[in-house]
Amino acid sequence: MLFWQILIDGFAISALYALGATGFTLIFGVSGVLNLSHGAIMVGAAVAAWAAAGELGVGPYTGALIGVVAGLVLAFATYFIAVRPIQRSKAIAESEKEIFILTATLLWGIIIQEAIAYFFTNNAKTVLPIVEGVTTVFGVRTPRNEYFTAVICWVAIGLLWLLVNRTRRGKSVMAASMNPRGVTLLGIELSSIYLTVWAIYGLLAGVAGILLGMFLGVSSYSVGPLTASAFSIVVLGGLGSVSGSLIAAYVVGYLETATAYLISPAYRTIPALLLLVVVMYLRPQGLFGRR
Amino acid sequence: MPAFVSSRLFWIGVLTVIVALVLPTYVSGYVLGLLTVAYYTAVFAMSWDLLFGFAGEVNFGPTFLIGVGAYTAGILDANFSPGLSIWLCIAAGALAAVVGGVVLALPALRVSGPYFGLTTLVAVLMLQNFIVVAAGLTGGEIGLAVPDVISIDAKTNYWIALAFMLVSGAILFGLSRSAIGLILQASGQDKIQAGALGFNVTKHKLAAFVVSAFFSGLAGALMVFYMGTASVSTFVDVGVGVQIIIAAVLGGRRTVIGAAIGAIFLIGMGELLRPLGELATLIVSVIALVVILFFPDGFLGIIRGGAKA
Repeated sequence: MLFWQILIDGFAISALYALGATGFTLIFGVSGVLNLSHGAIMVGAAVAAWAAAGELGVGPYTGALIGVVAGLVLAFATYFIAVRPIQRSKAIAESEKEIFILTATLLWGIIIQEAIAYFFTNNAKTVLPIVEGVTTVFGVRTPRNEYFTAVICWVAIGLLWLLVNRTRRGKSVMAASMNPRGVTLLGIELSSIYLTVWAIYGLLAGVAGILLGMFLGVSSYSVGPLTASAFSIVVLGGLGSVSGSLIAAYVVGYLETATAYLISPAYRTIPALLLLVVVMYLRPQGLFGRR
Repeated sequence: MPAFVSSRLFWIGVLTVIVALVLPTYVSGYVLGLLTVAYYTAVFAMSWDLLFGFAGEVNFGPTFLIGVGAYTAGILDANFSPGLSIWLCIAAGALAAVVGGVVLALPALRVSGPYFGLTTLVAVLMLQNFIVVAAGLTGGEIGLAVPDVISIDAKTNYWIALAFMLVSGAILFGLSRSAIGLILQASGQDKIQAGALGFNVTKHKLAAFVVSAFFSGLAGALMVFYMGTASVSTFVDVGVGVQIIIAAVLGGRRTVIGAAIGAIFLIGMGELLRPLGELATLIVSVIALVVILFFPDGFLGIIRGGAKA
């Protein structure tokens, strides 16, 4: 009983983690940017969906759509406000761009977070779920929404796989993550690839944020922990490796769920953090990372 | 050095110190209390700048060192209060932070860039979890009340914080301008070349961690006995670390003094804008973002640019 409970809950949580971390790692792989406003974009999309579905009463489907659009808009805003000016700046030395982008995206994330807190308060918000009711599998009563979350996450990840491996645009994105100079020499504009990547990222982060809002609820306080968990999953899996992030998401998700059920919810994040420290010491490039 | 003494920056500095010295006669205890916190935060930011600006280590966890110092001092005092002088507690706090700094330096010598950044972030999260879980010892989420304080007089506290900031600032600044600072800067920018020139990169980086940890821990411990309480939200939370990083980059990285200016500015602005409620943090963040995007050398860069023209 408990076993099935952990299996099902862990699967849904992990799928959500995986979706959140995929976009994050894609951006890093292609443009070397660690986007610390990640959590804020997820929460922003969820709050937009919540406000549209709940407050304006447009229904869960239109609400979710508005949320995804909000995620997309926020991702582009992040790129144009906090990332691109620094990448193109002549006043900042190349070696220091990394820390400047980290600081700028961090500040941008705080700005989004505070704007949400100001206009929509700090209260936790639960997005109107698209699928309602509960269902019993293996004697475990689970909200149907939980299955829905896992399914959507994997559909989105599958679509991403198709995009990257089966379309011309996706292939050039993949190529850019391997060798940006080579792609430029083939006559593909690197800046348009960046735009594509940020668009994909916005969609993924938006969907992940809305699903999170339906599943667990979000508030402006969840911004920091969301960024931190995406960051740790991505590093655990190996920066830039999408498959590594997927596996790491499941490791972290199950470790957290098992700890919460078997020991105590208070210790929820500790084993995952310990694992991360051990991996950092023994295999600094992450489980599947390239150096 | 003479060129430095005659520069406009130096005289602005002297003027600022004089203003800070005569301030207690004119302003209220409330403002003094605010400045006391700002001065301790300035030391946090300066210590961080030594690690990042000079050794090139992206440390996301300045609050790990601060928290270890603050909580060690606080726990010792809470358990052995009358028998143990608070100054011994503070010394123990600084010492514990140095040990923490060495522990933090170990991965830094192996991994670099974002990987090291994450290791330091994890260190903070672990410390935070430990404090919450070991609530019996640390006071948990509510915070740890310490029975002693340095002084209840706002002016005395202000003088101590000011003197502490000036002394640590002078030491850190002197260190950054010395040969050691140059070697650190070289190893931060090109580790291999610095090693090839015959400098012991590992030793210097370790030293930078120890010095940074010492001042962070000392400042943390002193602040505990100013506030009379140690809590996760004031000493350990990732948000506190973020503020320190923003302060250092905002004031002007690789300057040490800029970090102090940034810290005092952030705390001052936060207070000035308090009437605006939740908008305060928003506005401060917007200002910080604008400065970082348009004046990457921070406030000190703006002043220097003005001096050149």
